[in-house]
Amino acid sequence: MTLKAVDLGAHNHNHQRNPGFDLDLGWMRQVRMNRSALERRASTIGTRRSVKKQWQAAWLLRAITFIDLTTLNGDDSAGRVERLCAKARQPVRPEILKALGADGLKVNPGAVCVYHNFVETAVNALKGTGIPVAAVSTGFPAGLTPFETRIKEVEASVAAGAKEIDVVIERHHVLNGDWQALYDQMKAFREACGEAHLKTILGTGELATQTNVAKASLVCMLAGADFIKTSTGKEKVNADLQTSLSMIRMIRWFHEETGIEIGYKPAGGISKAKDALTFMALMKEELGDNWLQPHLFRFGASSLLTDIERQLEHNATGRYSADYRQPMV
Amino acid sequence: MNIPEIFKNLEYGPAPEGDEQAVAWLDSHGRKFGSFIDGTFTKPGKGFATINPANGKELAQITQSTKADLDRALKAARKATGPWQALSGFERAKYLYAIARQVQKHARLFAVLETMDNGKPIRESRDIDVPLVARHFYHHAGWAQHIEREFPDHQPYGVCGQVIPWNFPLLMMAWKIAPALAAGNTVVLKPAEFTSLTALLFAEICREIDLPPGVVNIVTGDGEVGAAIMDHPDIDKVAFTGSTGVGKAIRKATAGSGKGISLELGGKSPFIVFEDADIDSAVEGLVDAIWFNQGQVCCAGSRLLVQESIEKRFIKKLKARMAKLRIGDPLDKAIDIGALIAPIQVERVAELMKKGEQEGAIRYQPDGELPADGCFMKPTLFTNVSPANTIASEEVFGPVLVAMSFRTPDEAVSLANNSLYGLAASVWSENINLALDIAPRVKAGIVWINSTNQFDAACGFGGYKESGFGREGGKEGMAAYLRPTWETKLKALPASQKPVAPKLFETDGIDRTAKLYVGGKQSRPDGGYARAITGPDGKLIAEVGEGNRKDIRNAVEAARSALGWGNKTAHLRSQILYYMGENLDYRKAEFADRIRAMTGASVGAAKKEVDQTIERLFAFAGWADKYDGAVHNPPTRAMTVAMVEPIGVIGITAPDEAPLLGAISLLAPAIAMGNTAVLIPSEHSPLAMTDFYQILETSDLPGGVVNIVTGEKESLTNTLVEHDGVDAHFYVGDAAGGKRVEEMSIHNLKQTWTNKGKAIDWADKSVCEGEYFMARSTQVKNVWVPYGA
Repeated sequence: MTLKAVDLGAHNHNHQRNPGFDLDLGWMRQVRMNRSALERRASTIGTRRSVKKQWQAAWLLRAITFIDLTTLNGDDSAGRVERLCAKARQPVRPEILKALGADGLKVNPGAVCVYHNFVETAVNALKGTGIPVAAVSTGFPAGLTPFETRIKEVEASVAAGAKEIDVVIERHHVLNGDWQALYDQMKAFREACGEAHLKTILGTGELATQTNVAKASLVCMLAGADFIKTSTGKEKVNADLQTSLSMIRMIRWFHEETGIEIGYKPAGGISKAKDALTFMALMKEELGDNWLQPHLFRFGASSLLTDIERQLEHNATGRYSADYRQPMV
Repeated sequence: MNIPEIFKNLEYGPAPEGDEQAVAWLDSHGRKFGSFIDGTFTKPGKGFATINPANGKELAQITQSTKADLDRALKAARKATGPWQALSGFERAKYLYAIARQVQKHARLFAVLETMDNGKPIRESRDIDVPLVARHFYHHAGWAQHIEREFPDHQPYGVCGQVIPWNFPLLMMAWKIAPALAAGNTVVLKPAEFTSLTALLFAEICREIDLPPGVVNIVTGDGEVGAAIMDHPDIDKVAFTGSTGVGKAIRKATAGSGKGISLELGGKSPFIVFEDADIDSAVEGLVDAIWFNQGQVCCAGSRLLVQESIEKRFIKKLKARMAKLRIGDPLDKAIDIGALIAPIQVERVAELMKKGEQEGAIRYQPDGELPADGCFMKPTLFTNVSPANTIASEEVFGPVLVAMSFRTPDEAVSLANNSLYGLAASVWSENINLALDIAPRVKAGIVWINSTNQFDAACGFGGYKESGFGREGGKEGMAAYLRPTWETKLKALPASQKPVAPKLFETDGIDRTAKLYVGGKQSRPDGGYARAITGPDGKLIAEVGEGNRKDIRNAVEAARSALGWGNKTAHLRSQILYYMGENLDYRKAEFADRIRAMTGASVGAAKKEVDQTIERLFAFAGWADKYDGAVHNPPTRAMTVAMVEPIGVIGITAPDEAPLLGAISLLAPAIAMGNTAVLIPSEHSPLAMTDFYQILETSDLPGGVVNIVTGEKESLTNTLVEHDGVDAHFYVGDAAGGKRVEEMSIHNLKQTWTNKGKAIDWADKSVCEGEYFMARSTQVKNVWVPYGA
């Protein structure tokens, strides 16, 4: 494999966007994932690493910056999206930040993630914050609408102001090993994104094996994805640690071979502060501190924020807090 | 560090586990501990400090037990055997169950205390050691109830003397005590002098649940106390986990005592990574293999064998992973590597590392500072290593890995087996065909496929070669604490009759001088001497070759070259044994005459011995494809396949009584199970076995599977037992001879079976045709096979 796009020797390099590469089936054939071993590693991340006291508070504040604050429901409305955006502007009560000595920090979610119809609403509501709007796209969540309309969907969301596009893959391409088809579609989505960042949702809960997850990750990265993401939140199985491990090890391998840093976004089911810390420890251990930045790591979540706020309040006051005391997401 | 700073650097910070409860427990004992004898703690006596290796601070004073203490403990244990064995299995099960519950209830106290005393990370004591301890007692509570069904006509040994090491103080204690108690034994256990505290806390639990006094006795002290336990005449079974050196000393000290013995000793276990492995997972596996418990693990995967095609990439990944390991206060919840046990261990490891570098190995250690105080060492990788290097062959018992490469599966197996040890192995490949091909070929008691350091009460643990013998866990582990009742009822073997001096040249017919049988051929003895064989009347019957050292050497070489016998199908081995029976049946009159001539047996008795021999050959032909393994059921998504494997080359010193039946009773199970053999027939009555060459030759038995050397019993036996190419020895003779065999077995720690000077009734089918001799001809290998798409 001679895919070097960035010289790994250069320290403190600026993040370079994934230019995309040819589909490399030889590389695909080398991909091996051992489920039991992945599970063992995943199950000890949370027991090998632990952050307490001010470290925990600082990590949780950082975790907020990784959140793609998301609403993806059938009953979403402009009012609901505006409430979400207001929360994004001020995710933690100022008195808590002050008590933690963190009022000087800029703590905002990584993005607000909505359906296409509310992109404009969100863009307007977030004006001046620098918080990007992400749109789920391409026939979310199944990805089985006509290809042409999916391309148009991406273009429409970008035109409406979305800076990030979360696309879904057609799972059957993975299940049938039709890597070329998957690659071609992702490449087309990437082109349609233009300057907007492409986040590819694998729907890992429907990919059957860790090896499939890893191979799908690689195809999407070769096709030019900026982020790979686990789930839509609509599958039966959402983001878990062992699947995350498969994906981030592919990110690591991709980086070793190409020098390109790809972002990782677990989504769905991450609703506890403790889970967020465990995911962060996993990233830190497997990919390093560099990946603990919003351009390389996101959580797809919404209620997670409330739990983090409760923990922060506890950290600030020493009393356990309740969810109703935090402004609703 | 304040929150904005941490927000930027995302460091972990300290995450200490509280030690208040453990400190309170130590204080409540005035930080002075006596031994636990007969249900009560003795007054603390003269002794030594137990130190927290992470900070060098004294935790408490431990008593050095005296001879009188030990005698009292043994007396209590002896007294307790009767009532303890009189309990029903259910009653004993309830005690074991109560212990398990109590361990769980005090889990955190045990874990913290263990970490303080030993230096291992709290994550390990909390998540691995203590849960395994509870699991071990739960599992064996079940055995207590099912023993009579599963082990009919067996009985406990009585009093067990157990000595355990400092690397897993509580867990090794559980591995020793649980099966012993389940079987109905009582125990006197000595914890390692570095780590007595959790054993003493355990003693409190025994008291809390009202375990009858004397069933468990914990005597503290140093190695001298351990040696005194092993030597003590009032012990029926010894069990030891620790170094190979001490294990050998114990084998020697207990030789001829008739004590049961199991030894779980050192290792230099290979960690084999094929090019088609999940490489990142294999790297992570190494963390659990060699940096678990600071590498102070007998089954640590300390020899990395990586396929040459991926070596560079693998080593690069490994070094990156090593840099992520966090070393420091073992009570910190986010620490991967804690403290080694003591300064002396740090010195030993450093010494070996120095030697490694002197011999040309290249050392890699990640950057970063170690804590200023305490017994900390960095994780270390040695490359540019070959089997000729000290560091690649000696057990380091520290966080030190050596890496070597291989080209082919065969070479991987050769390198893996190029060791005095044979405890465990890890095999990493995503190709099930390859992995399951390698597992049986590695000489090790435990093989982990795509995993490492997996333990469970339901699965046997123990070594091959100089890693010891006996198993802990599973049914095979229970067997180590029971013996067949008939064994305890044997009478002493009467002294062999001295043969009458021959009257030369009184033979009838043509001279027939039996040669030796080596490598499938009859060969003249190296020394060129013959030995006269006379009948009871002194009449010369025939002459046989006078075998010497070199003949034994040749026979063992032939037997080693024939070890492929073990890979033949059990069906084929069975067929050949049947064929031997058939051919013997064809010539039974001739064999009966021979027995009569040698022993003066009656016509009927001689005929009967031949008939019984034929039946015996058939019995083991029948067993060959039936004495097989099991699939154990650990609480993870894995099957653990307990394979029954041959031991290798078995030396056999056959009995004088029943010169045909006795020899075949030992030979048949050995070869049925795939071993090859070197047999020394009865010195005085060898002719039935030299005649047997022709049976072997006509039965399609491959050359070298059975080798027979006639001559003087003692000198031939000595040479054979001292031979490192012999893996086990069966001996029948007087008590002194049996003792000698046990003493001499220590060089390569071959497994021995002797009649302990007792008379075995070779005609007794319940003894000689059952599983007893098959168990002694085999060793159990547990292969862990995790699965999941």
